[in-house]
Amino acid sequence: MGATHLPATEFDGTGVDDQLEAQAEAVLGDPDVPMVQLLRPDGTLGTDPVFSAYAERLDAGKLRGFYADMAKIRRFDVEATALQRQGQLALWVPLTGQEAAQIGSGRASQPQDYIFPTYREHGVALTRDVDLAELLRQFRGVSNGGWNPKDTNFHLYTLVLAAQTPHAVGYAMGIQRDQKRAAADGTDAARKPKAAVMVYFGDGASSEGDVHESMVFASSFNAPVVFFCQNNHWAISVPTAVQTRIPLSNRAKGYGFPGIRVDGNDVIAVHAVTEWALERAREGKSPVLIEAFTYRVGAHTTADDPTKYRGSDEEAQWRAKDPLERLEKYLRAQGLADDAFFDQVKADGDDLAAYVRRTIHDLGSPDIRTAFANTYAEAHPLVAEELAWFEEYSAGFEPDAGQEAGAGQHETDGATRR
Amino acid sequence: MTVNKFNLPDVGEGLTEAEIVSWKVKAGDTVAVNDVLCEIETAKSLVELPSPYAGTVTELLVPEGVTVDVGTPIISVSDAGPGAPAPAAATPAAAAATPAAAAAPEATELEAPEPAPMYGTLEPGTAEPVDAGGPPAGGPLVGSGPKADAVKRRRRISAPASPALPAAVSPAVSAAPAAAASVAPSAEPVESHDIWIDPDAVVRAERPAPAPAGTAEGTIDQRPTLGGAISGLVNRVLAKPPVRKIARDLGIDLADVVPTGARGEVTREDLVSYQAQRDAEVDRADSFWGKTGRPQAQRIERIPVKGVRKATARAMVESAFAAPHVSIFVDVDASRTMEFVKRLKASRDFEGIKVSPLLILAKAVIWAAARNPSVNASWVDAEDGSDSAEIHVKHFMNLGIAAATPRGLMVPNIKNAQDLSLKELALALNELATTARAGKTQPAQMQGGTLTVTNIGALGIDTGTPIINPGEVAIVAFGTIKQKPWVLDGEVIPRWITTLGGSFDHRVVDGDLSARFMADVASILEEPALLLD
Repeated sequence: MGATHLPATEFDGTGVDDQLEAQAEAVLGDPDVPMVQLLRPDGTLGTDPVFSAYAERLDAGKLRGFYADMAKIRRFDVEATALQRQGQLALWVPLTGQEAAQIGSGRASQPQDYIFPTYREHGVALTRDVDLAELLRQFRGVSNGGWNPKDTNFHLYTLVLAAQTPHAVGYAMGIQRDQKRAAADGTDAARKPKAAVMVYFGDGASSEGDVHESMVFASSFNAPVVFFCQNNHWAISVPTAVQTRIPLSNRAKGYGFPGIRVDGNDVIAVHAVTEWALERAREGKSPVLIEAFTYRVGAHTTADDPTKYRGSDEEAQWRAKDPLERLEKYLRAQGLADDAFFDQVKADGDDLAAYVRRTIHDLGSPDIRTAFANTYAEAHPLVAEELAWFEEYSAGFEPDAGQEAGAGQHETDGATRR
Repeated sequence: MTVNKFNLPDVGEGLTEAEIVSWKVKAGDTVAVNDVLCEIETAKSLVELPSPYAGTVTELLVPEGVTVDVGTPIISVSDAGPGAPAPAAATPAAAAATPAAAAAPEATELEAPEPAPMYGTLEPGTAEPVDAGGPPAGGPLVGSGPKADAVKRRRRISAPASPALPAAVSPAVSAAPAAAASVAPSAEPVESHDIWIDPDAVVRAERPAPAPAGTAEGTIDQRPTLGGAISGLVNRVLAKPPVRKIARDLGIDLADVVPTGARGEVTREDLVSYQAQRDAEVDRADSFWGKTGRPQAQRIERIPVKGVRKATARAMVESAFAAPHVSIFVDVDASRTMEFVKRLKASRDFEGIKVSPLLILAKAVIWAAARNPSVNASWVDAEDGSDSAEIHVKHFMNLGIAAATPRGLMVPNIKNAQDLSLKELALALNELATTARAGKTQPAQMQGGTLTVTNIGALGIDTGTPIINPGEVAIVAFGTIKQKPWVLDGEVIPRWITTLGGSFDHRVVDGDLSARFMADVASILEEPALLLD
């Protein structure tokens, strides 16, 4: 064996003295450590030179909150899957397995931050106080969105892969410019807490050109944005190995900002890393790429059958790294939570499921008039004309006093009236 | 008491039908919300359906093994206690009626039109009395589009911009689907329609349309639309040009056909099933050979190739054309194998375990493969298309057993069969056969096979030329074992004789190697004691 060192990337070992890369590695600590992990699968807490400090800020209440959130969203996921199987939803996108990645990162964000999700971020939606029953509207096909993003700073779900990443960088650049102007004007806005943008995508979407363009722009303009990639190992049936030969977090080096791989099933580490990244972004130091190393335990969607492309041994391996189990072990071992707490969490989950089930049946069909109303921001003569035609057309179905003689006559009646 | 019916949902995106594989509940059982009711198989996967209702199961409306359309009621659950009588309406025949037939009672709703949604129609497709207290508001979605609901009301004024087609306003013609549907076998599974296609256009074109039903229902426009919004606008039947052409060729008025496509569009399948129905009316009593008077062109049954049949066809073509097959055969005196099997059956150690000559053959194939490893290999073409192919010799045996199953030919394999003792192998074979016969073979069980055995002898066949399972280079066909005259030490005596056939991929396995392999397998059947060496 001649070469003892296999290059991690094509450019490794070319002797380029890249200051930013060195900085990134300095922040990351020992580059040989592949992944930031604090809470191990056996429920014991490890240490990290940078991120332990962030984990220490978490008190017992917050940790219990993490657990409650994760359990709640998992219960919600089960209920939504059942609702799809009962014909109440056209489709459902299960998140089971990714609770820690979503709750940890979502809880690390602050109200002024703006979040761009994909279509699987139900856990993040929970942390942003989105009404989960509202969230189902799109999956029932009665809405193009479901909630008002301005209320929660949680953007609508984007179904087109990676399409939200350029939006997010653009939004971040907007924040940057607003802040600059506010500082120059010396207005009240300058005293508001600084905000950042966090954008979610998956290992599959990382192959989309949009992500590349977004990262180039983010780096070039030093936009306050955190790219949060949930590497759940499967892009429907395509394994991560087909998307990348190196850890996805390494890609950040190429753009010139830090990339961190974190154990996506460790809610404490995810929270710590995201908090660090958002602080860094808000301060205008640089964008950050976080790769949450996790696993989609269920199907890609309810229309997918994972047994066709992966083995049950692989799933079993990941079930052993379950994010809820390890936090439960930790909470119990540290005496931070008792049976009463876990019983309460379960009861809350069932309440949420019942609420969602009740509400979904009451989700009415939307009025087509909203489509006319939402075409343009301001009144438009062509749309008004079409709406008028529609009103006249639909008025033709109204029951008419003298016309109850029978269905057969309607056609001729209509003809003579014209 | 309210009886709730659960309509088959679209569990994928745009699936139109599913097979009820097994029921997990029976009439009289108490179920809670989200309890598993049954397992269904769609074109995509096996899926368990959780109950949307809590209560007592009053009736299973679709038997196991039957494929039904999305939207068909499959089970009724009453919210009263057990023992309550099932309502008369909940008979399977009524429940499984075609959408058009089910829509017929809705005639009365014309007098009092309800404010139906203008798009994304979410009403249940049926309006049977038991549904009166049914789903509120939107009700369940029954699909992402493939099935539009029947129109429940129609507009009294024709839109100025849409001159009505003569066919669309003719009561006689628009009544046809109702008439046709009412004679259709209501509880018949979707796939069991006689699909007699009539390619002859002229004869059909001259046939008069079926007479109107003669009641008020005759005037109902049964054409489904998307809440009347889109097809109501243009007031004509939606169909793609190729479908229109087929309809014209067959002499079918599209307005007569019950559409099931997106936006109320008439699909090719709709035409086929309509034609089948028309023919069924004419010659329902036909025996297999069809009516002698009919032209032969009309006496060809067309069976769509799909599912396992399609996969089998593809795999066989791929194998037969990609791998140059060489086949050899050998007659074997398997008398000692028969004795051995008999002794195993009698032995206490194998009590309760099914032992057959196939077990010895499987063991023989594993033994012989270790002595001739190239038969346990695959030919791997270079990914870049260059001719630098590789031969991958497998140092493990995933022994495939070809099995005829209810779902078609499957080749599940026994993983790491080389590590199994005779008894373990017997158990593995039994389990594999049981699973396959139950139609429960999982895709993972069929992947990664290294060598296959096909037991054609079970069907009484002496031998045949097997086709190699793609990805492998050898397959052994095990013929029937029967008593034949055999020459032993110059004397003709009755012995238990079988014929082994083997096909090999000549790219990997040359003649001498295949011969040595087959001779090794044969030697074990002749003397199973050699396994002890």
